[in-house]
Amino acid sequence: MAVQFSEAALKEYEEIVTRYPDKKATLLPALWLAQREFGYVSDEVLEYIAQLVGMPAVKVYEVAEFYTMFHKKKPGKYHLQLCQTISCYLRGAEDLRSYIQETLQVLPGETSADGLFSFQLVECLGSCHTAPVIKINDEYYDSLTVEKLDAIIRHLKKNSSGEDHGV
Amino acid sequence: MEFELQLTKRFSIPNCHTLEVALNHGAYRSFEKLFSMKPEAIVNEVIASKLRGRGGAAFPTGLKWSFVPKDTALPVYLCVNADESEPGTFVDRYILEYDPHLLIEGIVCAAYAIKSHDVYVYIRGEYVRPYMIFKKALDEAYRSGFAGHNIKNSGYDVHIWIHRGAGAYICGEETALLESIEGKKGQPRIKPPFPAVEGLFGCPTIINNVKTISHIPWIIEHGGEAFARIGTSESTGTMLFGISGHVNNPGFWELPFGMRVPEFLEKYAQGVKGGSLKALFPGGTSTAVMTADECADLYLSYESMRAHGTMLGSGGLIVMNEHADMLHALRTITRFYAEESCGQCTPCREGTFWIHRLLEKMVRGEGTTKELDLLLEIADNMEGKTICALAAACAIPVRSCVVKFRQDFEKYVKPVFVPVAAAAEKMLGDDAVPF
Repeated sequence: MAVQFSEAALKEYEEIVTRYPDKKATLLPALWLAQREFGYVSDEVLEYIAQLVGMPAVKVYEVAEFYTMFHKKKPGKYHLQLCQTISCYLRGAEDLRSYIQETLQVLPGETSADGLFSFQLVECLGSCHTAPVIKINDEYYDSLTVEKLDAIIRHLKKNSSGEDHGV
Repeated sequence: MEFELQLTKRFSIPNCHTLEVALNHGAYRSFEKLFSMKPEAIVNEVIASKLRGRGGAAFPTGLKWSFVPKDTALPVYLCVNADESEPGTFVDRYILEYDPHLLIEGIVCAAYAIKSHDVYVYIRGEYVRPYMIFKKALDEAYRSGFAGHNIKNSGYDVHIWIHRGAGAYICGEETALLESIEGKKGQPRIKPPFPAVEGLFGCPTIINNVKTISHIPWIIEHGGEAFARIGTSESTGTMLFGISGHVNNPGFWELPFGMRVPEFLEKYAQGVKGGSLKALFPGGTSTAVMTADECADLYLSYESMRAHGTMLGSGGLIVMNEHADMLHALRTITRFYAEESCGQCTPCREGTFWIHRLLEKMVRGEGTTKELDLLLEIADNMEGKTICALAAACAIPVRSCVVKFRQDFEKYVKPVFVPVAAAAEKMLGDDAVPF
């Protein structure tokens, strides 16, 4: 099999196994670990995880599909997750959506041509009092306006060379 | 209004997520009393406190704990629900971020009470920072003997593991949460058996919300009766109320139950932003919407909400001003449920999808008055006809919005097309008798 965890990741997985009385319960942590290792969970990765956890590949595929945070394809360097649920909607999330679509030329589910930005519409991020909110990789950006988002995007574009992201 | 903060008492102390600072401000003080009491006595204190589950269902916590079979040979599990995903709800993560040791203290207390040695804290996948902070705090607690083996020489072990979700609202439903821990899709289980009897890995399991668990140390220290004296007769203690949407000062506050909603709106949220109040969801979008008139004598208590035909839910209030359009708002709300339905039950999978589609159609100006009634019919065919409450959680806002704000929807829909009239017109041409 082509893909495989690094030694460090394998060690981490072995520790995870000790947390549960049933190895199948390690599936979600294993998928998180895989996403961290490989950046996304391709079919090949899912087959590897199935073997690791000891489950049929179809079950692993089913679970990876069910949860929205597992990427089936390579996300952009900056993965934009725009909350579109009620409180964000009431405070202007639709303007942010138009801004992203027009400025970065990406539709939900797409990645920009330069591979820098991928765009995903998400449901309630649990930060309704600081709406509208966008999550970029692991960080929340609060109380946004189009101007503030524009400044963030410009900043990310400027800093895109060199520094690593870590999805 | 004099009252003692229970959940947020250390929120303003800098670096209180570290063990050292938390200890200097009273963290883990309940352990001395805890381990001097019998587990059954703790359960009785929680029953006396009348504490109700803060996740939304408001089930009495002590009663839930008492359902764990006595002297079971199986391990008992405690699961902490930090999957906070209800639209309008955002306070649990602050307990994880600002005072993780309060939660760990509560976990040990609750685990001891239900005789559990194994705890899983289910944190929603999106909450990366709360997860990191909580994990660090947990490591510190382990190293200093506040969690793990032989806690503070009590002879009692509590192992606490974090299980991260990965983006699924339904995993906040307690049996879906168990499925998710077991490595499956988060699809709710048919009850009975209830988790207290047959839950995680087939063993007795108690699932409690972060806030519920975080109240336990205070109850142990001060006694259940002292807790029951706070708030109202049916809604005891304090609650973390969050408010968002069209208000000047969105945020969250810990308050005793019983404040009048307009007072909360004025005093804490500093009034409605951009116009007068039009509508309010009292406890996340899964609760029946209230009109401005209904809000006038609405109180932040379970009984007042029930008397008004709605629910306090998770305590996340969402406010809409007079310019808000209910059709667009409801379309947004129903998209959430259509996206988040786990797909297991047909009335929910199809109902949430078709309701959302009909609303999209109305937004485009292609809907009819007949379809407005169809929305209500679909809602009736969803509620109470599925394994879990997600279908009802969609049906309730649909029904309340369409009934209470029908004029907002009628602006967009065309009168119903009468085929007979059209056919007659076609047959008789210009000589047709107008109906």
